[in-house]
Amino acid sequence: MARKISYQQAINEALAQEMRRDSSVFIIGEDVAGGAGAPGEEDAWGGVLGVTKGLYKQFPGRVLDAPLSEIGYVGAAVGAATQGLRPVCELMFVDFAGCCLDQILNQAAKFRYMFGGKAVTPLVMRTMVGAGLRAAAQHSQMLTSLWTHIPGLKVVCPSSPYDAKGLLIQAIRDNDPVIFCEHKLLYSMQGEVPEELYTVPFGEANYLRDGDDITLVTYGRMVHLAMEAAANLARQGIDCEVLDLRTTSPLDEDSILESVEKTGRLVVIDEANPRCSMATDISALVAQKAFAALKGPIEMVTAPHTPVPFSDALEDLYIPTAAKIEAAVHKVIGARSAA
Amino acid sequence: MSQIHTLTMPKWGLSMTEGRIDTWLKREGEQINKGDEVLDVETDKISSSVEAPFSGVLRRLIAQPDETLPVGALLAVVVEGEADEAEIDAVVQRFQAEFVPGGDGEQDSGPAPQKIDLGGRTLRYFDLGEGGTPLLLVHGFGGDLNNWLFNHQALAAERRVIALDLPGHGESGKALQRGDLDELSQTVIALLDHLDIQHAHLAGHSMGGAVSLNLARLAPQRVRTLTLIASAGLGREINGDYLQGFVDASNRNALKPQLTQLFSDPGLVTRQMLEDMLKFKRLEGVDSALRQLAAALADGGVQRHDLRAVVAQQPSLVIWGAADAIIPASHAEGLPAEVEILPGQGHMVQMEAAERINQRLAAFLASH
Repeated sequence: MARKISYQQAINEALAQEMRRDSSVFIIGEDVAGGAGAPGEEDAWGGVLGVTKGLYKQFPGRVLDAPLSEIGYVGAAVGAATQGLRPVCELMFVDFAGCCLDQILNQAAKFRYMFGGKAVTPLVMRTMVGAGLRAAAQHSQMLTSLWTHIPGLKVVCPSSPYDAKGLLIQAIRDNDPVIFCEHKLLYSMQGEVPEELYTVPFGEANYLRDGDDITLVTYGRMVHLAMEAAANLARQGIDCEVLDLRTTSPLDEDSILESVEKTGRLVVIDEANPRCSMATDISALVAQKAFAALKGPIEMVTAPHTPVPFSDALEDLYIPTAAKIEAAVHKVIGARSAA
Repeated sequence: MSQIHTLTMPKWGLSMTEGRIDTWLKREGEQINKGDEVLDVETDKISSSVEAPFSGVLRRLIAQPDETLPVGALLAVVVEGEADEAEIDAVVQRFQAEFVPGGDGEQDSGPAPQKIDLGGRTLRYFDLGEGGTPLLLVHGFGGDLNNWLFNHQALAAERRVIALDLPGHGESGKALQRGDLDELSQTVIALLDHLDIQHAHLAGHSMGGAVSLNLARLAPQRVRTLTLIASAGLGREINGDYLQGFVDASNRNALKPQLTQLFSDPGLVTRQMLEDMLKFKRLEGVDSALRQLAAALADGGVQRHDLRAVVAQQPSLVIWGAADAIIPASHAEGLPAEVEILPGQGHMVQMEAAERINQRLAAFLASH
């Protein structure tokens, strides 16, 4: 049986194997080694949740602690990428994006286009996303839609340890800037991961479940809620097809359309806020290109248009649940919700 | 003297933890004989029939169609001789009270394949059973030791049976040196040396058949018998479009029509089978290994190796599915061997007609 490791270990292993293979890969970020300026504390942290732990010792000089200044170190990483290195910079929480947005939005994302295709920017920005850690409004956002909106960026959001490793290796080898979104609630998830190197291609959705009655399109942590809902619905005689997008940019439009053309029904599940989101984008895509196949209205299950609440009770209400997904499926199919 | 048997969910392959009951092929009250197919079970990887390990009357069906049960769970009660309902109730109650799904995780996972370093390359093999002249199972192009999922354990009841992952395949090292048939055959010889096996029975499927034939050519003294299932190396034609299509396929939509050609029942090509194959194909080194081997095996639709002359060297058994879409069954004609053509069967005949092949192979080996 294949070896099982956690999502967090899968990311660490991908980093280590790529650093071993390619000496131009390096890591930079806050606390990724030991915490800058803390003598004797080397490798004490390995990132705020320990994802890069152990790499500092294996790769001396290639795991760089940055001062608490996103504008500085993200800019440095973008610059290094244009000069032939392959930086993996860590933005501790995606919520801090505001502090370095110009470096990403106006610099990294634009170079290839503005220099007539002659410049490449092989940057990976690893960042933690998502709610559920009781970390309130400034440390819990799901900003995948924000990145996906920007041409020139690739946006990845793995849902399993296997995908985390393969997509991260692909991201490091890719010549464009990649925003690599890691859901903090998935870090401890265990799964089968090959010890060998492998890449999972971008823009290829994963069919996690085949079904004929309705298509559930989602990504990231919501994949697991969709699978839970699909298992419950199967017991009620409703067969869901579950598509995990893996990357929101590029988007696997073909698989979404192919599936909806088969099932005729669509529910999009997105942990992000609903305005201008993956949920609305995919709904529009299907309404535009597969309208004739639809047998019912498209439903979206998303967070509400509010900041992530600090109150436990409200945060639980904020995040989509399997029960909400099931209710949306019943609504589309027109069946009464199970009592 | 009567005996009350419990029929339980089988474990097919290392990763199976549960199975879904598809349909019962026998009715309550029916007499069943050892080896009869009693019900169909589906896992996330494969569907197959459960064979009765004993004879008797099927007295109680416990598992219901569509129910998903863990490995080892009670499916039915079979009684040899007489038993009243109360006795059966007691057996069922005791079983259900004592049954723990999955044992305690790791401890219950049973025998596992091992990995060794063979001349600087990782080689994975799975060693089951003991006694007799060992049998070595050699999978085909793009396959791995799991291709023998339904054969390995059954054959290991009588003797030591070893299945390996050829170089470039499964969990063995992916880098090939010359990338030709000799390299594969010599690796198998090196494994025999490592295991200190002087003589072995060889059974090869498809490309694994050519690997076995070539091994017998290189080291005739090591080979007791050859079993060639849908084997390469016995004729001119091969489905070159399949080879190319399989090598080129990098996503589910491209791979599905290729894998479908391997089976007589296209329903066996499940989502999980496609995903597992894609996972294999994504591993570093696999793409170039497959390209090297495909080029070494065939030039378009024409095989490069004619090893028919090797067949007469030792007792040989040749098995083919009549509807094989990869290598035609007509290649079995005129061979100095025992020949078994299975009507309607496709290329993965050892999986789809496992029971028939296990019986035939066991009888053949027993007589040599």
